[in-house]
Amino acid sequence: MTAFLAEWWDLRDLGNTVGALLDWIADRGVPDWVPYVLSGIIGIAAVLLWAILSQLAFIWIERRVLGRMQVRLGPNRVGPWGLLQPLADALKVLAKEMVTPRNADRVLYWLAPIAVVVPAILVLAVFPFSPGMVVADLNVGVLYIVAVTSTATIAVFMAGWSSSNKYSLLGAMRTVAMLISYEVVQVLALLSATAFTGSMRLLDVVAWQDRYNAWLLFLQPLALLSFIIASAVEVNRTPSDIAEAESEIVAGYHTEYGGIRWGMFQLAEYVAGFAVAATITTLWLGGWTLWGLEEWVPGWLIFLGKLYGTFFLFIWLRGTLPRVRIDQLMGFAWKFLLPLMLLNVLLVGAEKVVWAETGASAGVVLPAFAVLNLALTVALVLGWGALAGGLRPQMRPKRPLLVREVGGIYYQPMP
Amino acid sequence: MEDAGSVVAFWALAALTLGAAVVTAAVRDLVRAVVALVLSFLGVAGLFVLLSADFLGVAQVLIYAGAISVLIVFAIVLTPRAARDNAETAMLWPALAIAGALMGLVIAVALATDWGDEAREGFRETASAIGEALLNRYVLPFEVASVLLLAAMLGAIVLVRED
Repeated sequence: MTAFLAEWWDLRDLGNTVGALLDWIADRGVPDWVPYVLSGIIGIAAVLLWAILSQLAFIWIERRVLGRMQVRLGPNRVGPWGLLQPLADALKVLAKEMVTPRNADRVLYWLAPIAVVVPAILVLAVFPFSPGMVVADLNVGVLYIVAVTSTATIAVFMAGWSSSNKYSLLGAMRTVAMLISYEVVQVLALLSATAFTGSMRLLDVVAWQDRYNAWLLFLQPLALLSFIIASAVEVNRTPSDIAEAESEIVAGYHTEYGGIRWGMFQLAEYVAGFAVAATITTLWLGGWTLWGLEEWVPGWLIFLGKLYGTFFLFIWLRGTLPRVRIDQLMGFAWKFLLPLMLLNVLLVGAEKVVWAETGASAGVVLPAFAVLNLALTVALVLGWGALAGGLRPQMRPKRPLLVREVGGIYYQPMP
Repeated sequence: MEDAGSVVAFWALAALTLGAAVVTAAVRDLVRAVVALVLSFLGVAGLFVLLSADFLGVAQVLIYAGAISVLIVFAIVLTPRAARDNAETAMLWPALAIAGALMGLVIAVALATDWGDEAREGFRETASAIGEALLNRYVLPFEVASVLLLAAMLGAIVLVRED
């Protein structure tokens, strides 16, 4: 890839424009910290603006697309083709009264929406929209994504617990259990990707895929598959939205929230979805690169195109698949995805060693790995599915050993 | 720690860490205590970042704020009547005495240590250094710890196995 012209009018990388502006300010003789602080503020403001605009767009797109998929019209009353529906929704959410339940734990109830939104937005800081458009270029970027998203768990629990509503608490407990289970799978999938490229810095991962002209999609299909499934669970999209399953527990952990507080949960959910799509785009789909096209088209447009395409996949999944039961979802994480991902991590290590020991060129090794990994993915998913699918869990458990030892009471399930 | 930004950040993070720790110990509601504990963990993570220990800072958020807090939440939820009426306990004064003694020890060690404060020489990557240390020099303790964790996990499974 040719070097970008470092001129402000080179809009292939908006980082140039911001950099030129900051240089201009620094030349005016202000203290050193002014451009530094300004660069942070500009980056966060841009990312936040992008996230909110994308959310407004995708509220409309998601409802229209789901409508088409379910053979109905979707929103079509407000503006042409219902285009103004997101604005109407936003106004309604802003104007609605926020009711606080009488028995709620007011401090936590008030704090929870904020604690849910903050990590969701913080994650966006590390994604490289193009080489110069990254708010915080951390050398532990992948770990940062996992760490910051993991703090949302306790925030969701705060919401469910403080509402003092049984459905809220049930939803919160389901969410905590789900997040803990699928976080393991997610981390192992990310570990496969980073171990293969040998760096946790997102810019390096994109550069690796650019150098070898090989997206990790082709080299790590099993990790991508597991990551998509685990992420769909983490962001509560429908095949696995048992934390807010309407037909079971009203709206889960945000049952008691209304008005803009509910809007905050909605925002966090969408932004988390964008963050997941951005992770997939960066690690598996080559980020802002598209085999040379990035020299003509702005890299951030390519990145956004891939990101929206990935997000559309989640809408598609939502429109297609029925919701699974909680025990099925938990069993799927622990009995199916986890063993496969452990095997995959072992495989990645073996492949790295083979590559380093034989000293073969990338042109030979990478296609071989791609074919091998694809074949193994198909074989493992089908084989393990056939094997594990035959094992039926005992639907009526007997008394646990610990209960007998300590003489506790165990309520037999109704026959 | 010479520039003003680091000094301000240090005092703000120290105040956050200690203030949240005091709230954790003082508040009656256990769930609120966990939330304050998470804030305290986040403050410690910030202090790690301030010391250029980026990997430790992120790992602190991931393990303590993300995982340990959820573990405590499970403990609270699985304990009857544990949450909203956290009553007086007879252990208050012994616990205070032990905590005070520990604090005195830590302060004494901190005062006696020669910190060797020198100018920082830029930012160095710590993740790869930690990884190499764990898998080369300290591989035995690392493996022993993993076997210990595996044994604990197996023990938990054995305890709840059906008879």
